[in-house]
Amino acid sequence: MSTITRKKGVGAVLWDYLTTVDHKKIAHLYLIAGGLFFLLGGLEALFIRIQLAKPNNDFLVGGLYNEVLTMHGTTMIFLAAMPLLFAFMNAVVPLQIGARDVAFPYLNALGFWMFFFGGLFLNCSWFLGGAPDAGWTSYASLSLASKAHHGIDFYTLGLQISGFGTIMGAVNFLVTIINMRAPGMTFMRMPMFTWATFVTSALILFAFPPLTVGLIFMMMDRLFGGNFFNPAAGGNTIIWEHLFWIFGHPEVYILILPSFGIFSEIFATFSRKRLFGYSSMVFATVLIAFFGFMVWAHHMFTVGMGPVANAIFAVATMAIAVPTGVKIFNWLFTMWGGSIKFTTPMYYAVAFIPSFVMGGVTGVMLSAAAADYQYHDSYFVVAHFHYVIVGGVVFALLAGAHYWWPKMFGRMLNETLGKISFWLFFIGFHLTFFIQHFLGLTGMPRRVFTYLPNQGWETGNLVSTIGAFFMAAATVILLINIVITTAKGEKVAGDAWGDGRTLEWAIASPPPVYNFAQTPLVRGLDAFWIEKMEGKKELTPAEPLGDIHMPNSSFLPFVTAFGLFVAAFGFTYHNDAQWGLPVGILGLLITFGSMFLRSVIDDHGFHIHKEEVLELEKKEANA
Amino acid sequence: MHVEEKLTAETFPAAPERATLEGKNKFLGFWLFLGGETVLFASLFATYLALKDKTNGGPSAEELFQMPVVFMATMLLLTSSLTSVYAIYHMKNFDFKKMQLWFGITVLLGAGFLGLEIYEFTEYVHEGHKFTTSAFASSFYTLVGTHGSHVAFGLLWILTLMIRNAKRGLDLYNAPKFYVASLYWHFIDVVWVFIFTVVYLMGMVG
Repeated sequence: MSTITRKKGVGAVLWDYLTTVDHKKIAHLYLIAGGLFFLLGGLEALFIRIQLAKPNNDFLVGGLYNEVLTMHGTTMIFLAAMPLLFAFMNAVVPLQIGARDVAFPYLNALGFWMFFFGGLFLNCSWFLGGAPDAGWTSYASLSLASKAHHGIDFYTLGLQISGFGTIMGAVNFLVTIINMRAPGMTFMRMPMFTWATFVTSALILFAFPPLTVGLIFMMMDRLFGGNFFNPAAGGNTIIWEHLFWIFGHPEVYILILPSFGIFSEIFATFSRKRLFGYSSMVFATVLIAFFGFMVWAHHMFTVGMGPVANAIFAVATMAIAVPTGVKIFNWLFTMWGGSIKFTTPMYYAVAFIPSFVMGGVTGVMLSAAAADYQYHDSYFVVAHFHYVIVGGVVFALLAGAHYWWPKMFGRMLNETLGKISFWLFFIGFHLTFFIQHFLGLTGMPRRVFTYLPNQGWETGNLVSTIGAFFMAAATVILLINIVITTAKGEKVAGDAWGDGRTLEWAIASPPPVYNFAQTPLVRGLDAFWIEKMEGKKELTPAEPLGDIHMPNSSFLPFVTAFGLFVAAFGFTYHNDAQWGLPVGILGLLITFGSMFLRSVIDDHGFHIHKEEVLELEKKEANA
Repeated sequence: MHVEEKLTAETFPAAPERATLEGKNKFLGFWLFLGGETVLFASLFATYLALKDKTNGGPSAEELFQMPVVFMATMLLLTSSLTSVYAIYHMKNFDFKKMQLWFGITVLLGAGFLGLEIYEFTEYVHEGHKFTTSAFASSFYTLVGTHGSHVAFGLLWILTLMIRNAKRGLDLYNAPKFYVASLYWHFIDVVWVFIFTVVYLMGMVG
């Protein structure tokens, strides 16, 4: 929190966050909300593992297991991993390109609240009859058959709302990166995390609309008598599978590319060496994103598309291993000959390489269409995607949290606790998921809530469950670390690690509300490192000190998103209750009404005057 | 150039929609948004193509579609796209009154289109082609209806801008808003060209 907010009372701080359009505070909001959903998803994972710890267990039986399993996947992907990545993008990308804010600060806030209310709506299902229970992929044949409660409707409406927010975030980052780079910050001088954010945003922009369309169809079928997926009226359930995976496969790159970006920053910083093969890294990122759109049907090899389609998608999938391999070698060569400092983020980064490569190798195995008939829907697939998503994305989130925590909050997380939590997580992760490869190869199906004794799966499942508790312990230690750090962690300077290379490390931690008192002049890749190598402590300014233009705070984004939240309740129940339709319309009126207000009320922002900037800068220098 | 600057026909920039950073951001952001919208409509089209013959005993495309109404609607919408070009032409020449006039004509034409579409839909429902009749009906109404709701939104948007700015004239704060609304209008028009071809023409001959 900035020095200004610390003097305020709780109510004022809360109001500040409800109305903020500052990318740094929105990053805090994403971190808190995403973190809470991460804990929720983690808890659901523990419940799954407890149920599977022994054969014929009755901890979570049948329908309830389906709900917990569905919500674990949905929460982790949509409400934990993506928002947490958005937290870092918001916190870091404007700083890395030398900008004072994002291109659309208002839209940024709106995107957050859309995500938040979408996630909240989805989780309300727990208290209103039952959660969605058709798996995170929610295949139409299962979800149309799920008629006992409104779970699936919470899924379709909740994800639509949060999906709007994600698309807004993507447009915002694209425009920010294209239009708002500081003088001298050419595309090929952008830090890798910014590049990853750029490419990821493009993926989101083109991958989310098919999901939205799929969700609209599902909503129409379940709530408004549509027939898209109803074979009895001519519908076709396979359409859902295509739409879902046209989104779903780019989605995994939406998660992993920013993670690659985080690791690229960490490897360069703590090897104290320029990232090896920068241009090839950029190229590989773009290439992975490009291929990412052409491989969706490898999730559907067993659907019966025929050998030609399967072969094309198999080969395209295997091709992705090439640019990914380029990246792996670049990271290794970045470390090679570097003066490596083993900090907590670096631990995660180094552990990520073998862990992720294992997930990549099983990915290539799965891409062989003929072999996939054997692996399909078994625990081998579960092991594979947890190796890439936990070993890649979650490691990156934890690494990024430790790496940028001092920048975001001005205090350093405790390194000893960080390393303890790393080891617990690393060991727990491999303990949980390595054995699942073999459970899958010996035939254990995924998504099934129990198994019989004497099938050779007891030990494997027990080991897996124990591993999950290791990861839970690691998370608890991380939380303790956060509490201790917030209470009495040491305050840090701008260049918190001492080895910062990119622009965010050149300004105070946490940064002042306007980020850069003077827009910096960028003279090459790793702009701050260049200045430091020339013996300077500050960036070269590109402009004289002057008044700084800032956007106004607004409560409207919250209200706009809240309207959709209300509308979603109305439409979910419009077939059951009289109040359904009016409430739905009321919600839409709130949303469109606040959009109308946004349109007609002028918002010119305000200026922080030169003298105030000077004073704030002086105060920061003294502290 | 600054947003709140008072401008005359002489000082008004050639590209007022991109004269400020806010304007540049809006311009680019909106083009990107339209990229996402394109994928949205592509998904709707693909689904329609997959389901267009699944009439489930209800009326088929050949039985339903009537050229006169659809042709009229098409002409109205295509013309409205042209009139919005005139509006933007006058915006660039700092002629606020003419811009308002042409946007007004655009809105009238768009409203005519929407009226015809509503008439068309009610006719279909009378002929037993309801949203719930078949997979064909669901995909037809969702595709054409999504376009129709875009038209309705565009109309309200342009009207709001016209009324909001009626008294104060053009400046660099509202010029990007008008420009972006006209982009949206063109996009709706382009989508209709595809709907006319893929849904109606192919429906009548295919």
